Amino acid sequence: MKLIVAIIRPEKLGETLEALYRAEVRGLTVTQVQGHGGELERVETYRGTTVKMELQEKVRLEIGVSEPFVERTVMAILESARTGDVGDGKVFVLPVEKVYRIRTGEEDEAAVTPQHTPIAGD
Amino acid sequence: MALSLLMLQAGPAAPPPLSPADTVWLMVSTALVLLMTPALGFFYGGLVRSKNVLNTLMMSFSALGVVGVTWALLGYSLAFAPGNGFVGGLRYAFLRGVGLEGGGWGGTPHLLFMAYQGTFAIITAALISGAVVERMRFGAYLLFIALWSLLVYSPVAHWVWGKGWLGTLGALDFAGGTVVHVNAGVAAVVAALVVGTRSDYGRKALIPHDATYVLLGAGLLWFGWFGFNGGSALAANGTAALAFVNTMLAPAATLVAWTLLDAGRLGKATAVGGATAIVVGLVAITPAAGFVGPMGAMAIGALAALPSYFGILYRSRTRLDDSLDVFAAHGTGGIVGAVLTGVFASAAWGGTDGLLHGNPGLVGKQVVAILAAGAYSAVMTAGILKLVSLAIPLRRAAREEGIGLDVVQHGEEAYARGEGALLVLDPPRARPAAAPRPTTLSPAEGA
Repeated sequence: MKLIVAIIRPEKLGETLEALYRAEVRGLTVTQVQGHGGELERVETYRGTTVKMELQEKVRLEIGVSEPFVERTVMAILESARTGDVGDGKVFVLPVEKVYRIRTGEEDEAAVTPQHTPIAGD
Repeated sequence: MALSLLMLQAGPAAPPPLSPADTVWLMVSTALVLLMTPALGFFYGGLVRSKNVLNTLMMSFSALGVVGVTWALLGYSLAFAPGNGFVGGLRYAFLRGVGLEGGGWGGTPHLLFMAYQGTFAIITAALISGAVVERMRFGAYLLFIALWSLLVYSPVAHWVWGKGWLGTLGALDFAGGTVVHVNAGVAAVVAALVVGTRSDYGRKALIPHDATYVLLGAGLLWFGWFGFNGGSALAANGTAALAFVNTMLAPAATLVAWTLLDAGRLGKATAVGGATAIVVGLVAITPAAGFVGPMGAMAIGALAALPSYFGILYRSRTRLDDSLDVFAAHGTGGIVGAVLTGVFASAAWGGTDGLLHGNPGLVGKQVVAILAAGAYSAVMTAGILKLVSLAIPLRRAAREEGIGLDVVQHGEEAYARGEGALLVLDPPRARPAAAPRPTTLSPAEGA
């Protein structure tokens, strides 16, 4: 199992989610974050005050996956979140010691393998 | 009286004496209509994404500057100076001879009449911006509205109100249903087609970032519209009161009808829908305001809801990115209002008798006015945009669209939190090509 953490541009979130969906990656967490990846800072002016905006809006994805899904998840993010400019973000792949699914108590591989979840009325 | 009766010849006849009451009402109306353009900015600003709200607001606010100037320099003369049936002459260019005496419009100072009409030119240009928000280059937009106000708005205003051919024909347009709304609505469709769709259009959900602004803008538009319609009587008299009351009643009927349509279709009365309904009702009553009775006004308001409601549903399923539905609100509402003016107008209330009062011919004249203004606006808008595109690209690159036009065009954010902002005491005039990276943010380097 791995935890994949990706920091991407907010405007690329839609495309990235779509690519992950196509890669059949299910179950992720999205957080809005601020950070800096080496891009040129923006200069903004408010009346007499000029500022350099050091922190950029970014989106952080966290996805727990089983081993067979690691590569396709990473590839989906690399292909969909890329613009070619500085500031596209990073993908980190982290080892995971233990995973539990809260609803069923399943552990590890079973806990990160998507299940068909019946929706009310299904 | 009806604007179509305007006599603007600086003839030998002595000007009418100034009426204090009329002058006060026209000054108040001018301020009311001027407020409609910022109101439109908030109406539009709430409908876009938060990264584009300042740019959208500035598209309206900048019209206050650009069109205010073009109007005084040349636009007023092209619309209202004596000329031919198509366009006014240059007698009032640079406001020469525009003084404080009354004239064919009534007992109010000429200069004030000019300013009042100027507020109409301003909002008409700003209306078009709703079709090109979130991707049009700001400089290209400014050049476009400057040219459009002179080459499209002024001639069409002349046709209807400046002793031009449509006024002579007998088409009725009390406060600008054709001149303002059909004109801007058609220009909006053409501008959306020429500028092209937003790069996210049809691929992402593009939803309003602040529906409260949309309602605030609609409320202020309604308030300002009392000056738009009530002031178009150009006097403090019964016709002004009629137009004023119709401006209250017609949108009320539209709002009720729209809410019922929403409730029937969704089971919920949407707030953005309610705000849209108010604007549609205001647009629809504009050409009729001083010509129909209150029940006719409410009928026009209620009927206007239908085509705009279903027009918006249809448009958003097409590839036409008229982003804020300028055509469905102003084009459709304006057309319905202008046609229904021909149906409900009544000589007893100050208009010419229409279809319901035994004069079906008026509907035909109304249709001629709509087609003429629409066709002229479409052709000229396309031509002006092509011309502008030779000087400035019309739109921003997709990457800049992604960042948002507030930062790209204005160097500001609407909802800046100031986190991570470093104070710069001496801003460099030009951005250094390869500024060395500061090392102050090493903890965030991973991001």
